[in-house]
Amino acid sequence: MAVFQIMVNGAKQKVEVSEDTPLLWVLRDHLNLPGTKFGCGIGQCGACTVHVNGNPVRSCSYPIASVKDRPVTTIEGLSENGDHPLQLAWDEVDVPQCGYCQAGQIMTAAALLKRNPHPTQDEVENALNANICRCGSYHRIREAVLEASKK
Amino acid sequence: MTETTKNPRRDFLKRIALTGGGLMLGFKWDSAFAEMPRVFDAADPAIVPAFNSYLSIASDGTVQIFSPNPELGQNIMTSFAQIVAEELDADWTKVKVSQAPLDTDKFQRQLTGGSGAIPHSYMRLRKAGASARYLLLNAAAKQWNVTPDTCTAENGEIIHKPSGKKLPYGELATAASDITLPDDVPLKDRKDFKLIGKPIRNLKNKDIITGKPMYGLDFYREGMVYAMVQRPPAFGTKIKSIDAAAAKASPGIIDVVQFQENVAVIGQSTWQVMKAKKLLNVSYETSGTLESSADHDAIFTDLMENGKVQVQRKDGDVEAAFAKAAKRIKSEYQCPFLPHSPLEPMNFFAHVQDGKAELVGPTQTPQSARQAVSKLLNIPQENITVDITRLGGGFGRRLKYDYVLEAAELSQLIKKPVKVIWSREDDMTGGSYRPAVRYRFEAALDASGNMTAFTLRGVGMNAGNCTRPGNFPVGSVENLLIESIDQKSEITTGAWRAPITNFLAFAEQTFLDEVAEAAGKDPVQFRLELLERAKTNPVGKLGYEPDRMEEVIREVAERSGWGKKPGVSQGFSVYFSHASYVAQVCEVEKKDGQPVVKKVYAVSDCGQVINSSGASQMVKGGIVDGMGHAMYGKLSFDAGRPEQNNFNNYRLIRMKEIPDVDVFFLDNGKEPTGLGEPALPPTGGAVANAIYKATGQRLRQQPFADHPLFAEG
Repeated sequence: MAVFQIMVNGAKQKVEVSEDTPLLWVLRDHLNLPGTKFGCGIGQCGACTVHVNGNPVRSCSYPIASVKDRPVTTIEGLSENGDHPLQLAWDEVDVPQCGYCQAGQIMTAAALLKRNPHPTQDEVENALNANICRCGSYHRIREAVLEASKK
Repeated sequence: MTETTKNPRRDFLKRIALTGGGLMLGFKWDSAFAEMPRVFDAADPAIVPAFNSYLSIASDGTVQIFSPNPELGQNIMTSFAQIVAEELDADWTKVKVSQAPLDTDKFQRQLTGGSGAIPHSYMRLRKAGASARYLLLNAAAKQWNVTPDTCTAENGEIIHKPSGKKLPYGELATAASDITLPDDVPLKDRKDFKLIGKPIRNLKNKDIITGKPMYGLDFYREGMVYAMVQRPPAFGTKIKSIDAAAAKASPGIIDVVQFQENVAVIGQSTWQVMKAKKLLNVSYETSGTLESSADHDAIFTDLMENGKVQVQRKDGDVEAAFAKAAKRIKSEYQCPFLPHSPLEPMNFFAHVQDGKAELVGPTQTPQSARQAVSKLLNIPQENITVDITRLGGGFGRRLKYDYVLEAAELSQLIKKPVKVIWSREDDMTGGSYRPAVRYRFEAALDASGNMTAFTLRGVGMNAGNCTRPGNFPVGSVENLLIESIDQKSEITTGAWRAPITNFLAFAEQTFLDEVAEAAGKDPVQFRLELLERAKTNPVGKLGYEPDRMEEVIREVAERSGWGKKPGVSQGFSVYFSHASYVAQVCEVEKKDGQPVVKKVYAVSDCGQVINSSGASQMVKGGIVDGMGHAMYGKLSFDAGRPEQNNFNNYRLIRMKEIPDVDVFFLDNGKEPTGLGEPALPPTGGAVANAIYKATGQRLRQQPFADHPLFAEG
């Protein structure tokens, strides 16, 4: 066990966990931020995607010891009032079905739009192809990202 | 409390005043008839427990609706609210919907499965909304001392037309409690619908996209511990010995306990438990047959000839018809076991103490779960509560309650509130799969290409009756025989989205394509000819309406430009399930020698569409699901052990693989029927038939990706 100080959604947090603890479980079990989801545990589904230093990472496979002083952003911290252009587009396009994968989808898309504000459909598909939606809401996910990129 | 009489007039709807003002309508779901309410006059809070606190209007105008059915992405919460709000003429921005806990006194059919919630509830919900509107309107008329017929309801207000006076619902709610309901309250004509049939956004969108805790895995209770369970790694094995020393010594671990054939690791955090579980050293011994997929293939082959057949339907004399046939067509189709793979793995919270149990989590069938826990722990059902969280997908997996029992039994054993969490590997290897099935079809054609006989024999692993003896082409063929053979297996099975039909439809629709070709007929025309017979002179009893099937076929042919697109490889399929009709045309192109699914047209008849946004996505998602599993889904076994265990070796469809989907509803205003499942079954057949057009190769086995057509070049 070791003490880690990390910056999550703009706030300093202190946790005492073993250094191999994945960021996912630090967020969910220790920091009361359950918006980041557990889907596969091996970085294959993308439900656990968060930003570390602005880059999308699979938090289920990202040990707390690797975070260091890099800021972490989760779905809870993506915007102040749930009004990130992607969140607005997600509602407008009425994307969610069961909704479980959507935080990971949105965080993956947010990282894409940050480095490429006006992606083509191909670029959206390339960025989001590694995120599974078991309900099959892919059409609307793609539409919402493209919609948000126009704003 | 159970309704024992079927008197349609009995206490269908009751209402009482809310303490602190407002109106609460109690609504009895266990009435067999969706008849109009009869007024219960006493505003006595004591009656509340006997009635469903189903709809309430608070003094601030908030309309609160409780949705009894578990929500797993079928959008039931929003749809239910829409139906009530439609008849109530509510201000949609003031409508709130909550998940009701399990309450068998108040609700009937509190489960999610079989695409049945809307058909069951549609008229009940409309009448509840209309009744509330009646009460509010009459309360306003009384207050203004005018006749009710001079008043109207609109967007959460009652308006007195001659004077233009208005009162919002919130201000009328308390007074509305004193109005007497008549025996009959009129419902709207569908041409006046403002909400039903419209693309209303999911009421829970905001919570979902901001990451609010709402799923079972998100549930947390102070003092709760976490548990993961090691189950036998292969079907047909049991525990021989356990060495838990290393796991127990692992940091944060509270205990390791055995129950049934399981070993549970209990600890203070999920990760600590996950790590410790890997340190368990459990050896297993054989307790039954260790089945492999190759064994299943051999069993299918043997049983197809020699199995104990259950005749599911017999019309005419197939033997005589085959003897006279000008042509005989025979084909076999096979599908593998499939896990459900909802993205939220199985999990449940249980707190058992003092002869009581509190259960919280994602379940499609809270009532069965409670019954099973009651039986297992010997706790009366009335001492067990079940709160239903949002489900991160279900697909039938959460109709099983094995994981609920695990949580309950563990909590009793360790005397603590506990959350049982399955890993993805647990979820995929833990059983309750879509059964593996093989079908054999045979058809006879006369010299003019008419189908004179049709037989189907299905063999399934723990599949029960793997046929649907009321479905098309039943009724359209003079001589028909449908048989099933059920083989017991160590591998556990369960309902998987569109049970049985999720594969049967593919097999049947591909076979009919083969028969049409042998008859020298266009596949669409061939079906229409069969339906003509089913319409005009049906053979035996039908489980479907041929004219409704004909309509979706004609519409999809029209919309897709069937047969009128030179150079485009189209495949057709149509299927009836869960009382709905869906016809599809798939278009395939070849890219680098391999077929690529580019487009699927879908025309659905599910009667009245409730939410055109949710419904459209339900069809798209069903097609993506149907295509994805037909293309890639395979769970195979080696000596009882599943050979796939996570998404690195079990392939689910991803964004780049989806086709464009054109969705169209006939939306004919008939009673609404199911939509959670019906769009899935036809997809495999449409895809396979289009691939045949493009390549000349018949795909008769799922997953299609195993066919040499898709071999990496």
